[in-house]
Amino acid sequence: MAISEKVKKTIEGIRHQFPTTQALLIPLLHEIQQDKNWISPESLKDAAEFLELPLAKVKEVATFYTMFKLEPVGKVNLQLCVNISCWLNGSEKLLHCMEKRLKIGCGETTADGKYTLSEAECLASCGTAPVLQVNEDYYENLDVPQLNKLLDQFDSELAAGKVVGKSTHQPGVWP
Amino acid sequence: MSDLVITKHVNEKNCETIDFYIQKDHGYEALKKALTMTPAAVVDEVKKSNLRGRGGAGFPTGMKWSFMPPNPVDAKGNPKPKYLVCNADEGEPGTFKDRLIMTKTPHKMIEGMIIAGHAIGSNKGFIYIRGEFYQETRIVQKAIDEAYKKGFLGKNILGSNFTFDLVVYKGAGAYICGEETALLNSLEGKRGEPRLKPPFPAQVGAYGMPSCVNNVETFAAVPYIIHEGAEKFAKMGTERSGGTRLFCVSGHVNKPGVYELPMLLSMRELIEVAGGMKNGKKLKAVIPGGASAPMLTAEEIDVKMDFDSLAKAGTMAGSGGVIVMDESVCIVEAASVLLKFYEHESCGQCSQCREGSHWLARMFHRIENGKGVQSDLDYIAKICGNMAGQTICAFADAVTGPALSSVKKFRKEFEDHITQGCCPHKGPGHRHAHDHKESAHV
Repeated sequence: MAISEKVKKTIEGIRHQFPTTQALLIPLLHEIQQDKNWISPESLKDAAEFLELPLAKVKEVATFYTMFKLEPVGKVNLQLCVNISCWLNGSEKLLHCMEKRLKIGCGETTADGKYTLSEAECLASCGTAPVLQVNEDYYENLDVPQLNKLLDQFDSELAAGKVVGKSTHQPGVWP
Repeated sequence: MSDLVITKHVNEKNCETIDFYIQKDHGYEALKKALTMTPAAVVDEVKKSNLRGRGGAGFPTGMKWSFMPPNPVDAKGNPKPKYLVCNADEGEPGTFKDRLIMTKTPHKMIEGMIIAGHAIGSNKGFIYIRGEFYQETRIVQKAIDEAYKKGFLGKNILGSNFTFDLVVYKGAGAYICGEETALLNSLEGKRGEPRLKPPFPAQVGAYGMPSCVNNVETFAAVPYIIHEGAEKFAKMGTERSGGTRLFCVSGHVNKPGVYELPMLLSMRELIEVAGGMKNGKKLKAVIPGGASAPMLTAEEIDVKMDFDSLAKAGTMAGSGGVIVMDESVCIVEAASVLLKFYEHESCGQCSQCREGSHWLARMFHRIENGKGVQSDLDYIAKICGNMAGQTICAFADAVTGPALSSVKKFRKEFEDHITQGCCPHKGPGHRHAHDHKESAHV
């Protein structure tokens, strides 16, 4: 079975908190994705087997939620909010900047597997718009020069073999 | 200036910790008081406070709690568990207050939930947090751990016979899960598709058990009500809605952010509080209560910000997300941005919504790109008429908010796009920024 022992242990650890087994499906898919960076067709089968659920049930859930990546994603998952407040504050410029710099469109991954770019819907950061979610972290109040600096930083962090976008980076300063 | 219910200390260092909350913010004193009261007395107090749900619908909280059956039993006569659920799936465009509460004062929400658990006779609560909120989830989980350590959660809370456990559940990126029955399905590990009502969650909620779902801000207001008294809270608001409100102001203002204010101020005053219009530009339109609320024009901003006044003005207070647009904004494009969002987020369960949100997104996109025809405008109204009130949940109604209000209030702008064959703000030959996505929409 391709589900790692670590993931199994995590799920077993929370099993008692929920009245049904199916309630564990979304946590399990999150954990698999954390572990492998995406959810492969094999992982879906393994999840079904592990929770003793029909594969169809696992698939219908996995395909419903946009956060579950059913295709491999880059090491750095760039999700730019393009909803109203971010759009009013220039998110389109940021999108064009990333498309040009990374030479990919939305929904695509760079050939070297480093970056995936996508549009996101409202990330609840409208007061600090525009916002870019990088893996787990939010980067708020961005403009094009800051974005370029940020991408430079990720480039060098990746080159040094560091993990990007999973800091304990605090959300923006509130008025 | 009236007292602040929620944001008094949110700019102070370590405000998210339990020690800070206990020392500076009367933390968990309301819980101590509530545990000396009967559950019915707590529900009564919340009823008297006129607290209305802060998630968007504005339903009276005390009444919602009173719908919970006192001693539910299953077919065999065994007692059924009751569940309390916190809706922390904040995602209504323009809304970012729950994120503030979770990161800066998570214990207010937790204390509010424990009190609510006591009031409705539940021993277990779930906090459903949207999946994108990694940092927020960590902060909330840490706060829960702190509360367990201090004996505010778990068995025999503060020596009473009341037991309450709290579990965090992460969503996975679906706007519709903010709808309470979709949230319940998601909490059960299913697709986040809204349920037909009745039965209401108070009868058949999470895992088939009686459940009560409230928003983060709603729970966060409860400790104040119990500690300071319902009367004081009720007096801060209007006749039919107690307390203050967290307004999330974004868009073209100088100081966007969350502002806790009395509800009886006008939209004009609120924009001033948020630093006024950016770059001295003129106001063109404002969305008063999250993306689903119909737009107001610059001439309509003397309306007061409470639930009833906004409803009378044909829009809604919704989630408190105020999106300000200046004169440079093309309303057709703004509406197109919103409709693209709804098209993406429709769960697809009801045909009217699945097809309607798709058609509307296509039509607004087409008009924005100068390819609309005059009959489109009437057709938009017809599609909306076939959506609102025709579906399982209120999502379809929400789609019609920006669609109908933009066409109604800025009709000339739409007609100009059609007659000129291009967006007047950009001129002919402009490549629309969303063109690259066109193929994906077919």
